[in-house]
Amino acid sequence: MIPLREAFGKYLLELAERRKDFFVLDADVAGGTFTHWFRDKYPDRFVQCGIAEQNMFGVAAGLSTLGIIPIVSTYAIFASLRAIEQARNSIAYPNFNVKIIASHPGIDVGPDGATHQAIEDLAVYRAIPNFVVLSPADEIELKKCLDFALDYKGSVYMRTGRSPVPNIHEHNYEFRFKEPNVLKDGDGIVIFATGIETHRALKAAEEYNVSVVNVPTLKPVDKYSFAEILKGKKFAITCEDHNIIGGLGSLIDSIVAEFGLPVKVVKIGIMDKFGKSGDPKELAEVFKIDEKAIKTEIKKCLEQL
Amino acid sequence: MKGISNKIRKHLLMSIYHAGSGHPGGSLSVVDILAYLYFEEMNIKSPDDPERDRFILSKGHACPALYAVLALKGFISRRELWRLRETNALLQGHPEVGIPGIEVASGSLGQGFSAALGIALGAKRLNKKFRTYVILGDGECNEGQVWEGAMFGAFHKLDNLVAIVDYNNLQSDNTCDNVTALSPLVDKWKVFGWHVIEIDGHNFEQIRNAFREAKSVKGKPTCIIAHTIKGKGVSFMENNPAWHGSRGLTKEELLQALKELKS
Repeated sequence: MIPLREAFGKYLLELAERRKDFFVLDADVAGGTFTHWFRDKYPDRFVQCGIAEQNMFGVAAGLSTLGIIPIVSTYAIFASLRAIEQARNSIAYPNFNVKIIASHPGIDVGPDGATHQAIEDLAVYRAIPNFVVLSPADEIELKKCLDFALDYKGSVYMRTGRSPVPNIHEHNYEFRFKEPNVLKDGDGIVIFATGIETHRALKAAEEYNVSVVNVPTLKPVDKYSFAEILKGKKFAITCEDHNIIGGLGSLIDSIVAEFGLPVKVVKIGIMDKFGKSGDPKELAEVFKIDEKAIKTEIKKCLEQL
Repeated sequence: MKGISNKIRKHLLMSIYHAGSGHPGGSLSVVDILAYLYFEEMNIKSPDDPERDRFILSKGHACPALYAVLALKGFISRRELWRLRETNALLQGHPEVGIPGIEVASGSLGQGFSAALGIALGAKRLNKKFRTYVILGDGECNEGQVWEGAMFGAFHKLDNLVAIVDYNNLQSDNTCDNVTALSPLVDKWKVFGWHVIEIDGHNFEQIRNAFREAKSVKGKPTCIIAHTIKGKGVSFMENNPAWHGSRGLTKEELLQALKELKS
C-alpha cells in the first residue's frame, strides 16, 4: 500500500539516476507532492518557484525551450485552476514538452476541505487542445505512465493521489497509451473507473459477473477500443473521484453517443457540488463514491438486465 | 539606428493597415529598443543557433513591431508582413511558436516574462553563455504573475536576464496611474531586488549605456524602465490612447503616417 504521490516521489529518484533530461519544479509543496527527496538529492535539477504557480508554469515553458523536460509538481487544484491559463497559453498552445504531475485530486484530499479538492481537473485539462491527460491507479501504472510521459514529446497532465493504494497490476503490465485496460470480464454490465476509484470498483465487483475496466488515459483515447468493450453491454457504470461533468463519465457518454450504442450510462462521482472536510474514507461514503455506492448501482443495473 | 527604426515603423504600420487591426500605439513605442536589441545588442545571426541571445516580447500585442524586425533580419519573408492576422498565414495576432525567431507564445500578459525567466535560469544551469531579453508593457505590470516572476528572478540571481519595461504610461483604458497606481515603478522593481536603470527609450545613447551597464551587473537581474511615447513617430498617434487597441488605419491615415516617417 502506497499513496501515488509518494510512489511518484520515490520513482523520481530512480528516474533521475537513469536520465539527466528532466528538472523538477515545485511551488513550496515539495513535502506534499513528495518531490522533497529529489530536491535534497538533486538540487541542481530542482527549481524552487515559491507559492507562485502561474510563474512556475511559465518558467517551465521557458526551460522546455532549452531541451530540458520540466516536471512541474503541485496540488491538482492549483495546477488545474489557479495556473490554468498559463498551462493553456504558455505550455499547451506551443505543445511544449512539459509534464504537470498533480497530487491531491478529488475529495480524497480529505480534511483540507473543498478549497483544496480538485474535482474539475480532468475536465479542465481534457478541454485544452494538445494536453495528454493521465490518471494511473496504482504504483506500477504510475511508473509506466511517468515513463511514457517522459518519452512522449508534448504537454502532459497527470494526477497522482493521496490515499494509500495496493497494486492491482502485475509488474509486467504494459501501459497502452489511449487504451483502457480490462481488469475483470463479465456480462451485461461494465464498470469504467480511474485512479483511486478503480480500487473501489474492483472490490465492489468482486462477487458479481460484471466487467471492470481501468482507464489510465483520459485524453486522447482510442474510442474504438472503448466501443469494443461497450458492445453487447446494457449498462456502463463510470466511477471517478471527480465531478460527474467533464471527466470519465462524460468521456464514456460521448463514446456511447458517437457509436449509437444501446448502453445506459450510470455515473458515480461528485454530483456537481463542492466537497467537505473529513476523513477521505468517510467522505467517499458521504459523497457516494465508495465501494458500497458502487455495489448499490451494480445491483440496480442487475435487476434491470 | 534612426533609419532602421523608421523602416520598422513604416513596415509595421503597413502590416497593420493590411490586417485592418493590430495595436499600432504600443508597437511604435517599442521600436527603438527593438531596433537596438536586434541590430546592435543581441548576438543573433540565426533564429536556430542554440547559442543565440534570446528575446521575448511579453507584451505580445506589439508583435507587428517584432515581425517587422524579424523580416528586416531576414528570419521571415517580408511578404508575410502583408498577410498579418490572415487566416492560414504565418503571422498570428500574437506571437506564436513556429514563427521563425519567436521563442514562446506570448501576449497573454505576464506569461512571456515567466518564460524568459525560465530560459535565463535554464541557461545558468546548463552553463550557457547567451543572454535573455524580455520586453514588458507598463500596463502588463498589473498582472500578479509579473511580481511572482520579479521575486523569482531576484531569488535565482538571474544576471543573464534583462527585462525592459516599455513605460509609455498608457494602457488600454487610461493612463497607467488612473487604471491602478503603477508608480513608483522604479522603486517597485528595486525593492523586488532588481538592478534598475531608468532611460529615455527613444534615445539610442541612453539605450546603449543601459544595456552596457546591465552586462556588468552581477548577482541580480536588471530591469530597464524605458520611458517611451505611445505611437512614437506619428504625430496623430503619439500619446493618444485611441491607438492602443486593435483598430486599423485608414488609407489616408497610413499615407499621412508614412509621410511623417519619411521626413
